[in-house]
Amino acid sequence: MAEVTYDSATCIYPGAERPAVDALQLAIKDGEFVVMVGPSGCGKTTALRMLAGLEEIDDGSIRIDGKDMVGVPSRDRDIAMVFQNYALYPSKTVGENMGFALKMQGVAKDERARRVREAAELLDLEPFLDRKPRNLSGGQRQRVAMGRAIVREPKVFCMDEPLSNLDAQLRVSTRTQIAELQRRLRVTTVYVTHDQVEAMTMGERVAVMRAGQLQQFASPTELYDRPTNVFVAGFIGSPAMNRFDATADTGGIHLGVATLRPADAQLRAAQGHSKLIVGVRPEHLAIGDGDGELTVKVALVEDLGSDSYIYGRLADDASSSVIVRSGREHPRHGDIVKVAVDTTHLHIFDADTGLRLGE
Amino acid sequence: MTSADMTTAEPGVGTAAPRRVAPRKKRGNSIPVGIVGWIVGIVFFFPVLWMVLTSFKTEAQAYTNTPSLIFSPTLSQYKTVFSSGIWPYVANSAFATIVSTILVLLLATPCAFALSLRPVRKTRDVLFFFISTKMLPVVAAIIPIYIAARDLHMLDNIFTLVILYTAMNLPIAVWMMRSFFLEVPGELLEAAEMDGAPLRRTVTEVILPVVAPGLAATALICCIFAWNEFFFAVNLTATQAATVPVFLVGFISSEGLYFAQLAAAATVATLPVILAGWVAQRQLVRGLSFGAIK
Repeated sequence: MAEVTYDSATCIYPGAERPAVDALQLAIKDGEFVVMVGPSGCGKTTALRMLAGLEEIDDGSIRIDGKDMVGVPSRDRDIAMVFQNYALYPSKTVGENMGFALKMQGVAKDERARRVREAAELLDLEPFLDRKPRNLSGGQRQRVAMGRAIVREPKVFCMDEPLSNLDAQLRVSTRTQIAELQRRLRVTTVYVTHDQVEAMTMGERVAVMRAGQLQQFASPTELYDRPTNVFVAGFIGSPAMNRFDATADTGGIHLGVATLRPADAQLRAAQGHSKLIVGVRPEHLAIGDGDGELTVKVALVEDLGSDSYIYGRLADDASSSVIVRSGREHPRHGDIVKVAVDTTHLHIFDADTGLRLGE
Repeated sequence: MTSADMTTAEPGVGTAAPRRVAPRKKRGNSIPVGIVGWIVGIVFFFPVLWMVLTSFKTEAQAYTNTPSLIFSPTLSQYKTVFSSGIWPYVANSAFATIVSTILVLLLATPCAFALSLRPVRKTRDVLFFFISTKMLPVVAAIIPIYIAARDLHMLDNIFTLVILYTAMNLPIAVWMMRSFFLEVPGELLEAAEMDGAPLRRTVTEVILPVVAPGLAATALICCIFAWNEFFFAVNLTATQAATVPVFLVGFISSEGLYFAQLAAAATVATLPVILAGWVAQRQLVRGLSFGAIK
């Protein structure tokens, strides 16, 4: 177990116009489960590979337990990695795959067998120890890849989208298994995914990245409740947060013809910024009985059984789309409804900088 | 997260891997393709069949102008071939083939590794240089090679053939092995690196088992080329180091062709290659369709 620190760590691929990872600053605590999330090409995998020693650190440093890893080869970092395609050795059995790292460390055969058996027990892999990877299902292969990492008892686990090759059902059950396992083993874990639901459900803290730069590093609740900029606000949450163009004056915040009255402190912070973006989560909008602030034309209704999501557009600004969480009773396609905004849960951003205003 | 997400259990746990279902074959244009395949196959196989049939005939039967397909087979040609001292030639061929193939694999594997998985500077130039050596007709190089062998007192020496066959097969082996190495997922190398394997163990324990079919295919191609090589053998050997192809020429004498004997000798000469191909055919097809050479 170890603390991991990214200190202005930068990676520039040869010939690239901008750094793949740009001065990344992260302090990961001992035993913490950190998820790096972001859209494709945001640099999350590169950041992970820099930690694993598979990419150069061109500037800054990465420290594990205070020791600088610049120039230290992968094999000397005491890190285990779970790859996206698992990278199991096809010619070796499950047991040999799991024990390979120990064999390379010169661990005695009996000790090796014992540790492989323990890890296999933990992952329900005992019946498959003599099989080759090609004779396993996707989920089983994924567990072997996990087992190969666990058996080494490393300082840090690196996981690069390990669930992306599984079907949706299996992904959900496996992600809880991984999170549970990590909590039990308490090994510092850096997990990369592009799936924000995975990030929110698994990580103790989540690092949201975009274009090589860290946008926010916080707990899932903090990310959801207080996104630091418009990008994080839009990326975290499913369905995404509603975002509207707005202006502010002493009378309130104006969204087209509607006027919202947020808390005084928030309104004061918003004044003086010529253009604003106002964010509201779908659950903070409610279909009203004619007393709502927004008028919405319903375009689509997603009925999930327990509740429903109403997708529509503002009646006075067809370019603004709106998502509202509703109950089992919901309007139909084509209806025009009034929607009330919970002004205690407004997120206000400067439209030019994208940064959060107030609080 | 939706409520439906919460309660699923992995279906694969504790059960066997799902049985693979064979893909349904497309019918339709398979019949004409099959016919063309058979025709091409017969055209390629016919000379071999002719050779084998002739080897069981007498010289008189072999010479009949309308070739007869129905005849009483005889082994007399084979007796003649085996009694005319073929074994030293077979031994020379086997030695030159096996040793040169081993040398080729020993040299081509690290070379192909460096040109694929750990690309070095000027990789493309190096690859082109290798293949460019095959563009020169062998006959253009035979005089310098002959003079060099003579001055080194290595004429009629089996090691001369070993060296030449190694050099002859090395470019093609490097290209073949490189295409197989390129198919190895980079993540496997990274996984081995993370597992703490040094380069030698990575190559021997991780990469070579993956490219084994390609290695087998390369070895077989090298064996075939070395076993069948005639030009160097006939020009650089005499009595001590002559190989089977040189032995075959002995049946084309000034007294005329001994067709049946020649066919029997040729059948014996091709037998090892055919057997090796037969044994390795699955590996060979897998190997040849594994990399870029398809």
